[in-house]
Amino acid sequence: MPAPSSSTWDRRSVLRAAAGLAALGPLAACGGDTGREGGGGSGKSLVQYFHAYGEAGTQEAIKRYAKAYDEARVTTQWITGTNFESKLFSALLTDDAPDVFEFHPQLQLIRSGQVAPLDDIIDPVKADFNPADIASHTVDGKVYGVRMIDDPQFFYYRKSLLEKAGLGVPRSLDELAEAAAALTTDKVKGLFIGNSMVSTNHALVWAAGADQLDDRNRIAYHTDDVAAALKVYRRMFTSGHLLLDAPADYWDPSALVQGLTAIQWCGMWAMPVMQKALGDDLGIFPFPPAAPGAKPAVYNGGWSMFVNAKGEDVDLAKDYVKWLWIDQKEYQEDWALGYGFHIPPRTSIAESATELKSGLPAEAVKLFTDYGRFDNISWTQAMITAFEEVVANAVRKGTDPEKALDAADEKVGRELEKLFA
Amino acid sequence: MSTTTTRDATRPVPAEAPAAGPRGGVRGSTLSFWLFTGPFLAGLVVFVYVPIGWSAYLSFFEARYTVTPDKFIGFDNYALMLTNGDFTGSLVTFTVFAAIIVPVTWALSLGLALMVHRLRFMKAFFRSVFFLPTACSFVAASLIWKMSIFSGVRFGLMNTVLGWFGVENTAWLADPDPPWYWLVIVTVRLWLQAGFYMILFLAALQNIPPVLYEAAAIDGARPGWQTFRHITLPQLRATSTAVVLLLLVAAYQAFDEFFNLLAKSTWGRPPLVELYYTALGDDQDYGAGSAGAVILTLLICMVTLLQGRFLGFGRGDDSR
Repeated sequence: MPAPSSSTWDRRSVLRAAAGLAALGPLAACGGDTGREGGGGSGKSLVQYFHAYGEAGTQEAIKRYAKAYDEARVTTQWITGTNFESKLFSALLTDDAPDVFEFHPQLQLIRSGQVAPLDDIIDPVKADFNPADIASHTVDGKVYGVRMIDDPQFFYYRKSLLEKAGLGVPRSLDELAEAAAALTTDKVKGLFIGNSMVSTNHALVWAAGADQLDDRNRIAYHTDDVAAALKVYRRMFTSGHLLLDAPADYWDPSALVQGLTAIQWCGMWAMPVMQKALGDDLGIFPFPPAAPGAKPAVYNGGWSMFVNAKGEDVDLAKDYVKWLWIDQKEYQEDWALGYGFHIPPRTSIAESATELKSGLPAEAVKLFTDYGRFDNISWTQAMITAFEEVVANAVRKGTDPEKALDAADEKVGRELEKLFA
Repeated sequence: MSTTTTRDATRPVPAEAPAAGPRGGVRGSTLSFWLFTGPFLAGLVVFVYVPIGWSAYLSFFEARYTVTPDKFIGFDNYALMLTNGDFTGSLVTFTVFAAIIVPVTWALSLGLALMVHRLRFMKAFFRSVFFLPTACSFVAASLIWKMSIFSGVRFGLMNTVLGWFGVENTAWLADPDPPWYWLVIVTVRLWLQAGFYMILFLAALQNIPPVLYEAAAIDGARPGWQTFRHITLPQLRATSTAVVLLLLVAAYQAFDEFFNLLAKSTWGRPPLVELYYTALGDDQDYGAGSAGAVILTLLICMVTLLQGRFLGFGRGDDSR
């Protein structure tokens, strides 16, 4: 075959060749970086998954801690985007699954043997942990996961704006709706509860005097008071008093700091940024009661470290978790207080945390202890999603709350059946 | 990828097949055949056929949080998916989406092509400018649309512009009633893909023999609509068909903009998004997800066969 003369390399054939090469690209990508190449001093390596924290310096901090670990080279996957859980869940099924990952306590991970019990590393310091954090990670007497941080979530508000409108702190959900109306001007919206309005889901149910599940793991959220609270939400949604489609979601302090809203649901992590931006013009209050006789509600979220029981070297992974999240108190303190504010789950660290002893942080700690409730390990991701659909349908779409709750009952019922049948 | 599949369609006059020369012989050509197709066939088997087979296998099992299940449940997953309003609803969503995006993109890209084709100067510049958005990723564009153009706050671009006319701030994505989210979704896709199809139309326009226009002019056809209707449009038939098919395929594959623009919603989910949430989302129900995928595959096969019947695409005669 004669060699093609240079004149046959016209534009079209070059493009064709380029298209062919482009088609090969995805194949080449398959051999990509799994984070397992190379190795530290001992040649061993671990992969850890974190969701992307919003506070500046967090990613560097996690990598700095990991680097200080001598037994293995630890690679950090910093997962951006809003769907950390689905990325984590699908990664866990592959060969590139993380050895350790942060998540919330959820029963299906334990039932499927995905996470390893960590009693042997926790037992020596069990008494030093917040008992609620141990309880929320315990199934059949075994503890799964080491709590890193507790994150109470509540409402932040601009004191000056409420004063100007002649309002006190809302004492009921109806008062919150009225406050949102009174605070709304053509520049500022009254209230921000997140773009998808699902961030208050736990608190909403608790403030309506209900619970996700009862003691015997039966549906407990389907009550008249919850349905009534959803109707208040719907009323607020259609009233134009809520901040919607904001560039940054509820977990980011921007909406309140930039003056887009007067009240915002957020977590304690955002407190340093808000205080720096707003100074004394900042107050907090719990989710107000939404039913007669119900208590105000604060959602004690947070993140815990889990060990992948199906990982390549479970003992090494456990050793790493013990080293960082049980032994290295300096790092734990840095992680809880150095960037955003979080409540350290270790009593010894929490007691020495001067940052949380006075002012607004101390108020937040009081809300955490007085009204805070923790995750129920039996309330799994599929159920969380089912209730998020209730809010999507009943609040944003305008479906009858009863009907939306019925649909959730079916989905949650199927999950409960699978977990407890 | 699509460039290779549409190349022939954009060339209405079939190239004369060069007379096969006596090089190589039969053995040589067999070897070349496997040499050239082998890697692609292997890739096809490993990355397409094995997953499809695996998916069909999974659809008969209860596969939650695992892709190597052991509990056979027959057709339960299929029953679940077919009675699942979300899944059947997603087919409606797709139909609505395709019914809007396919004709609109077709018309816009043809219009752009006609305009660029008539340009006497700066043709290459405008061709590139309209084609450039194709290089942008759907995710990046969705984020710009969501956070900057169609943001719900008072300084979002659309709200600012509408504010000049005294229109109240609109939550474009949060509120499904009225369904403004379709405007966001359709415009982002339109911006991203119109330029690519414009290039296809442009190539086809350049291939229309000028003698046809001269003949039409001699026969008394008025320039403008009459010439367009009776000369240009029929000459573009092969390209138009290809563009419509490609647009349908692209609409069917739509995922990124729906996924990124509509968070935590129960509406506006085309089949792929719905199945993603079933199989790979929080539910991790690979059995039900696979059953849905198999149902979809069967539907696509049926539609493709019907389409072949009606449009005569791929029949191989002079289908211009």
